[in-house]
Amino acid sequence: MDIQQNYFSFLGLPESYNIDLQALSARYRELQKTLHPDRFAHLSEREKRMSVQYTAYLNEAVTTLKSPLGRAQYLLHLNGIDTISDASVKLEPAFLFEQMELRDDLEDIKAQVSPEKALGLFMDKVTGQLLEYQQAFSDCFDVRDAASLKTATAIVRKMQFMVKLQKEIELVENELD
Amino acid sequence: MAYSEEVLEHYENPRNVGKMDDNDSHVGTGMVGAPACGDVMRLQIKVSDDGIIEDAKFKTYGCGSAIASSSLVTEWVKGMTLEQASELKNTQIADQLALPPVKIHCSVLAEDAIKAAVEDYKKKQS
Repeated sequence: MDIQQNYFSFLGLPESYNIDLQALSARYRELQKTLHPDRFAHLSEREKRMSVQYTAYLNEAVTTLKSPLGRAQYLLHLNGIDTISDASVKLEPAFLFEQMELRDDLEDIKAQVSPEKALGLFMDKVTGQLLEYQQAFSDCFDVRDAASLKTATAIVRKMQFMVKLQKEIELVENELD
Repeated sequence: MAYSEEVLEHYENPRNVGKMDDNDSHVGTGMVGAPACGDVMRLQIKVSDDGIIEDAKFKTYGCGSAIASSSLVTEWVKGMTLEQASELKNTQIADQLALPPVKIHCSVLAEDAIKAAVEDYKKKQS
């Protein structure tokens, strides 16, 4: 194991958007066992420290790759594209209108007396859209030339808005419970 | 992170929230978004025939600083000429609201929004 490796190599996975999530979980459990602090109890302080470092890296790697957005952003990052800190970028007006409308819709749903059903349908719609973005990202990223990476970056930016919206929906759902 | 008094004031009593008819030739609409935080902002201006901004409305889905930034801009641009409005700088917004460094991008978003609204209006006129 080497924490200088990128998350994919660290977890023995191919550097691709379509990863086998079951293999990821299996590999996670396997490495977790290997890295368990009890196994290092009899070892030196230095080795114990290393096991803590490895575990932290492992958790970070798994959390990132499990998340559809995190995985896409990480793949772009490996290709020298930062989509995590860019605050102000030009976005298509049509897309922004759509995002505004979706958020207006959510506000309307929130105002209903019993919004459960409408909220569920709305969540399905948002999740469906997000799945389409994921597929589109995967298709673009596979090509991996400059033009398709650019398109993939634009898709990730759209995903960021949809993931935020999903979180907003979850907040409303939690308020209902 | 604690919000400044100014941000809280705008957050709790946002000015000029609403929507104007985008089909109105006197209305300019600016839509902007920040992917990193998923904030979306709509800022609209209503311009008189002699080029003065008579009214402004906004709707922002985002954090308190983003809401306050856009609320403040709608207050400021009323009565301004298009040129004055497009010269607004995000630093003025950030200063007025005492935004911390991590929230400066919210004021940038508001500056982009007013510029986009002015552009949209000009495009409609030409």
